[in-house]
Amino acid sequence: MAVGQSHIRKDVRAKVTGKTRFTDDFSMPGMLQAKYVRSPIAHGLVKSIDKTVALAMPGVEAVFTFEDVPKTFFPTAGHPFSLDPGHQDVADRLLLTDHVRYHGDEVAIVVARDHLTAAKAAKAVIVEYEELPVCVTSEAAMAEDAPAIHKGGNIIKSTTFEIGGKIADAEKETDIIVEGTFSTPIVLHCHLENHTAYAYMDDNDHLVIVSSTQIPHICRRIVGQALDMPWAKIRVIKPYIGGGFGNKQDVVLEPMVAFLSTKLGGAPVKIELEREEGLVATRTRHAQTVTARAGVTNDGVIKFIDLNVISNTGAYASHGHSIPMAAGSKFCNLYPRSVSKFSATTHYGNIPAAGAMRAYGSPQLFFGVESVLEEVAETLGMDSVDFRIKNSARPADIISKTGDKEHSVGMIECLEKGREVIDWDVKKEKNSKQEGNIRRGLGVASFSYGSGTYPACVEIAGCRLILNQDGSVHMQIGATEIGQGSDTALAQMAAETLGIDYDAIHVVSEQDTDVTPFDPGAYASRQTYVAAPAVHQAAGKLKAKILEHCHLMTGEDKENLDLSGGKIIRKDQPESVVLDLQDLALDSYYHKERGGQLTAEVSSKTCTNAPSYGCTFVDLEVDIEMCAVTIKQIINVHDAGKIIHPLSAEGQVHGGMAMGVGMALFEELLVDPESGWIYNGNLLDYKIPTCMDIPDLESAFVETFDPTSPYGNKSLGEPPIISQGPAIRNAIWDATGVKINEMPMTPKVLFKYFKNAGLI
Amino acid sequence: MFPIEKYHFASSVEDAVQALAADEKAKIIAGGTDVLVRLHGGNSDYDRLVDINGLSELKEIRIDDKGTIYIGSLATFTEIMEHDVIKKHVPVIVESLATIGGPQVRNTGTMGGNICNGAVSADSACAALIHEFDLVIEGPTGERTESINGFHTGPGRTILQKGDLLKYFCIRKEYYQGFSASYYKYAMRGAMDIATIGCGAAVKMNSETIETLKLAFTVAAPTPIRCRNAEKAMENKTLSEETLQAMEKALEEDVKPRDSWRASKDFRLHLIRTLAKNVIRQAVENQGGTR
Repeated sequence: MAVGQSHIRKDVRAKVTGKTRFTDDFSMPGMLQAKYVRSPIAHGLVKSIDKTVALAMPGVEAVFTFEDVPKTFFPTAGHPFSLDPGHQDVADRLLLTDHVRYHGDEVAIVVARDHLTAAKAAKAVIVEYEELPVCVTSEAAMAEDAPAIHKGGNIIKSTTFEIGGKIADAEKETDIIVEGTFSTPIVLHCHLENHTAYAYMDDNDHLVIVSSTQIPHICRRIVGQALDMPWAKIRVIKPYIGGGFGNKQDVVLEPMVAFLSTKLGGAPVKIELEREEGLVATRTRHAQTVTARAGVTNDGVIKFIDLNVISNTGAYASHGHSIPMAAGSKFCNLYPRSVSKFSATTHYGNIPAAGAMRAYGSPQLFFGVESVLEEVAETLGMDSVDFRIKNSARPADIISKTGDKEHSVGMIECLEKGREVIDWDVKKEKNSKQEGNIRRGLGVASFSYGSGTYPACVEIAGCRLILNQDGSVHMQIGATEIGQGSDTALAQMAAETLGIDYDAIHVVSEQDTDVTPFDPGAYASRQTYVAAPAVHQAAGKLKAKILEHCHLMTGEDKENLDLSGGKIIRKDQPESVVLDLQDLALDSYYHKERGGQLTAEVSSKTCTNAPSYGCTFVDLEVDIEMCAVTIKQIINVHDAGKIIHPLSAEGQVHGGMAMGVGMALFEELLVDPESGWIYNGNLLDYKIPTCMDIPDLESAFVETFDPTSPYGNKSLGEPPIISQGPAIRNAIWDATGVKINEMPMTPKVLFKYFKNAGLI
Repeated sequence: MFPIEKYHFASSVEDAVQALAADEKAKIIAGGTDVLVRLHGGNSDYDRLVDINGLSELKEIRIDDKGTIYIGSLATFTEIMEHDVIKKHVPVIVESLATIGGPQVRNTGTMGGNICNGAVSADSACAALIHEFDLVIEGPTGERTESINGFHTGPGRTILQKGDLLKYFCIRKEYYQGFSASYYKYAMRGAMDIATIGCGAAVKMNSETIETLKLAFTVAAPTPIRCRNAEKAMENKTLSEETLQAMEKALEEDVKPRDSWRASKDFRLHLIRTLAKNVIRQAVENQGGTR
């Protein structure tokens, strides 16, 4: 069995020995380097640009400004194209702008023979600005007299929906209503590999772009839109990638390098962002304010949850309103016997553009949901875990938004397992009477998530399998490996269905839109769920062709044949080998009359979306005087369906937990509310936790088998990051009696709250 | 790639001093953990460098027969931390340097640079102040010795003049013998950070009585500071809630924290009071006293 085992990852040997080549490892003769000229103010109009000094510098090839770029507005969000114009992403970008909208916006670009020359010349471009009033906060951006950041005003969209009944009816059945407002910070992805891309022209009309992207096929389409070129004349190549976390689920540098190459006779032009540029001038996680209201009966049944989200998308829409909407649609599966009302407003602001980031709005939303529900449990005098178990989804409750499929639901088992592992009841009892400066607290928070984007977006995946002469199989997939392990998981699936060894599958990891089967890319924790059917079907097809060829060679009835361990056997006598796959492969290629290259290719659409579940349990200590939180134990329990690769799954959970702890306790991009000036756009002042700050991370799985996937699997890429914030917030409350309704809960914030509470 | 305009690799202390004196804009590069970061950010104040990494005599760490300890300005944090003389006689230096950056930074950064760049947050500054370091400096007019007290003159500023090169630190026996000390760096994360507030204390005990206290802070004023009022308040006192409260009160005369986006003045003052008590207690305990 290949699925369910921790095989050696396909990429691991090359990665740990430094042999994998990333975008920046490739170079071409005559490659030029480009560097943006960035705005030092957060909002204003360019009055003049003087590029004479820069152009006169030795080694400078060209300087382009907003005057030189196409006046075609394009979207950047890494969504598949939508046939419904009303559902298409907001097209609000030009390659360069004369209306700067955040501190760091792009007004010009310098192309030079090397990076240092380009950087020096970029500094020599003199730009005069007329400053405009700045809107950093939601209040400022949504004020009636706020300056318009884009034509049409600052509010991008407002939406409301109700699921499971009418909130007005549910309110009548409610005994207790609790409400709270919760805010979350601007968070940065901080992937190891900065954004980098280069482009050149192959001939007179074909562009080749090599980029560190999660979404090569989407990138191709958007570059076509931005440059008004036929999409097929653009070829996007994605080599190994050093992480993305959603920041590369957006088209950032690719249209610009493509534009520059077309302007410079097809010469290769590269942009490699510096770390500090990458932190502010790519995408961020949306800062949101979540107002959460929950109504329950006296016996602890949730009747309704009413959520209102204000989401600040920053200078450009990018994924914009999709962020709160996606989180809203995924949250409804957690407490499905109650009425859910969800409202969201997305607006522009003079801060860096927010886009996709791991779990796509859900960490923000669940900070509100799971904090307010903790207050409900407290008001009822019910144990936090019992209260959640009472109201959590059970298999019969799920009304799938996608149709009639039934889904697996292991939420209650997750809570039970977490409670046991952290020794909840014993610790609760022990903590009940605490005084003094050092106090312990316990917290829990649940989440629900999806396994893709359907029905909001198309879910399409492709797989091509080729039987090689030596009996091994090459696998090409549209799914992009971005470090999450999809190559490995999909190879396990192919091996499982084909009946050959995992080691006999070679995954062509690089995506090249000229040759790779179509798949929009790595996002929404979709990759293994959505690619599984394509892999399953392709493997089935190839296996059938192999058995057919065996029949041609041996005359054996193919209905009685099977492939197992790389050998063709008789089903009724599994120990007797009919043919070695290698011998069969050679015959299929080289026999003068029969056979051919045995391949199978499948493009499949997924019209289901399995809900995944889980929770975080945390035991922490608060030193009140020192305003310090120390996590003593933290565990995530997940229902991600069948676990394909246990070791990778554990790694995925650990990584997500560390990021979740970072968002809860450390990380925040700070912007001056008056000027829009960014204070901490560097990795010294933007505090990602170090290994000294992250506690030992524990994970556990409740394995279910989802009937909508041929291998039973559900999402696991993003879910591990969702529930740390509210669990930690609830534990700090448990320890100190102080409710901290904002993230990150840094020492500065704890000081403010503890002081207000009279603790210090 | 770094935009370096001029580079001189010094062949001797005299050569370095000459090169520094000859170029108004020249800057010393030792470990490079500050200079290269600034250069990377495009700061052209740091693009004319005099590299002192060839001056191996500045790496020396030793103790002489009078008990004076010498730490060369080019000794890396790691070399200092791992040196037996330092571990034995002035362990608070080890404790302080362990809080700097991460292992890579400590393997290349120097205490000379940490003190001479004038940083308000310098993690070695508290140890230097409570053990009353002397700084032996070579300048265009020859060698001179300056005290760490008064060495820092403002944020990023020191008394060093054009052409000056710090050769080594001296710690006299009278300033470490009989003292026990402690340092606490309060920062937003457990490593790779600059101090929000740093506090160092050295005490000399007469059984349960504090005969002498030396208390220093970083980031509590425009320079690293000694807290003379707080020190006086604890002189010949035993450790108790009352004496510590009196010390806290006196301490307010010593410090002048600022409000910034990194931390509010209120928060810093709270930390200063909390750390002073905790660190003094720890220093007393390190000498076998009761907290």
